Amino acid sequence: MRRFILWSGALCLLALAPLFLRSYTLYILNMAGVYLVATLGLNLLTGYTGQLSIGHAGFLAIGAYAGALLPAKLAVPFWLSIPLAGIISGLAGFILLIPALRLTAIYLAIATLGFGAAVAEILPRWTAVTGGYQGMKVPKAAFLGLTLDSDVKLYYLALIIVILMILLARNIVGSKLGRAFVAIRDQERAAQALGISLTKYKASAFFISAFYTGIAGALYSFVVGYISPGEFDLAKSLLIFMMMALGGMGSIPGSVVGAVFLTFLPHWLSGFRGLQQFIYGAALVLVVIFAPYGIWGFVRRWTMPDKLQRLPRPLRAVVEFVRG
Amino acid sequence: MLRLEGVSTYYGPIQALKEITLEVEEGAVVAVLGANGAGKTTLMNTISGLLHPRGGQITFEGRRIDRLPTERIVRLGIIQVPEGRQLFPDLTVAENLRMGAFVQRDHRGIKESLERVFAHFPVLMDRRGQLAGTLSGGEQQMLAIARALMARPRLLLLDEPSLGLSPILVRELFTILRTLNGEGTTMVLAEQNSHMALTIARYGYILETGRIGLAGKSEELRANKKVKQLYLGIRERSPMTPRGGGESGGA
Repeated sequence: MRRFILWSGALCLLALAPLFLRSYTLYILNMAGVYLVATLGLNLLTGYTGQLSIGHAGFLAIGAYAGALLPAKLAVPFWLSIPLAGIISGLAGFILLIPALRLTAIYLAIATLGFGAAVAEILPRWTAVTGGYQGMKVPKAAFLGLTLDSDVKLYYLALIIVILMILLARNIVGSKLGRAFVAIRDQERAAQALGISLTKYKASAFFISAFYTGIAGALYSFVVGYISPGEFDLAKSLLIFMMMALGGMGSIPGSVVGAVFLTFLPHWLSGFRGLQQFIYGAALVLVVIFAPYGIWGFVRRWTMPDKLQRLPRPLRAVVEFVRG
Repeated sequence: MLRLEGVSTYYGPIQALKEITLEVEEGAVVAVLGANGAGKTTLMNTISGLLHPRGGQITFEGRRIDRLPTERIVRLGIIQVPEGRQLFPDLTVAENLRMGAFVQRDHRGIKESLERVFAHFPVLMDRRGQLAGTLSGGEQQMLAIARALMARPRLLLLDEPSLGLSPILVRELFTILRTLNGEGTTMVLAEQNSHMALTIARYGYILETGRIGLAGKSEELRANKKVKQLYLGIRERSPMTPRGGGESGGA
């Protein structure tokens, strides 16, 4: 009951937020929502299934372009274009399954890096569809005769998508699928010996992860209103990775915290001109040193210390990936 | 129940199993003995489908299984307890057990298996909420076996279950294995502790660098002079022991 009150309170607060916040803050919140969904996607793949990816900007790009092009060129209704963008991106995720069944650890990371780089190279050259380097304007999202032309309206769209995606992720993690993911992450051999098909579940993980990131991409295109290939580079892949690692790997609240924190951090630092990058870097280093389980793990240390061990430490996890 | 005929397994160009022929009857315990690197684990992994043989064939109840993926073989009822336990350290005992029943669908069956497992391993009942990584070595081995039992094995493949356990725990472990066998679970037991393995096994196969060096009933193997010397550590007419060596020497 207490939980229920807490959650409905939080939900009311989020629903009423546009009344108090400036349009600019709402825009940043919308971006946080975009990254939140992408981070959830990466966390399901890397945090839960143990498959390292540093090419997720590729899926974000596929989702963004699909979300923009489907209504613009094929007159797909907007409410359909977002899930479709997710599915297209999810199907692209199967490309990474090929290396994932043969490679582990850092080698898989290199393959995903290659994927991200390939997408970033294809987009500007496929001028007929993507509009090349100049990018393209995204048509305004319209829904039931309502045009989502302001940050407030987009905020509600983002809020609904974020809530749906969090609930879906919770379901996945608590299901048989989620248990298979964790088994593959922790002991691949034992998982196989218990009858968990690596092909099937790694395929599911890549599809789901790319689906999430594709949805995030579609949302991104509507929030920003303009997309160009240069935005989906390695830096963006690393940003999503850091949101996951700093928030808390293998944790849904961790994804939320990490994505929101790292989206807002540069804006909080905008007052320190010239020192921005320095403080940004230092903040990251401090989090890694003093909150090795991620920010969420740091919170958890005070609230539920006994459950702390169950989060894979980002650093440890990365070291294990690298070692294989 | 299980037949291997001329099975050869390779790691790249290196042949680890050389035309292994082996038979496991329903209800039996078959011991696979051998030194480090003889190919015991390779043999187990080949049966369970983690490795695929390049030559020969494996049949389980008349059905060819050597090309099937592991998850299909698991569904047929061949469950492996991998070497070194391979538990999920960050999951609780109960969650590990539940993972064992991954391919099971009916919930009542899972509950029954769980009760059966707790009856065999009461210590796991007490620790079901504890993280598997925090158990002692003996408890972890028990959990590894219990987890395999959750999959309702018809044939249990045990890869060095006594590894790293104290002599008392080894004895306890073998008592449990004997009980499980008495309840009808067929087992293939790869062991370095030949002495213990041959006391519960009906047949034994001795692997020597990927080949079957010797095979036979347990009593025959135990009586074999070479086996005594090389695998049971019994030396006949040894100058070191005053009684001139005997059948009672330890492994």
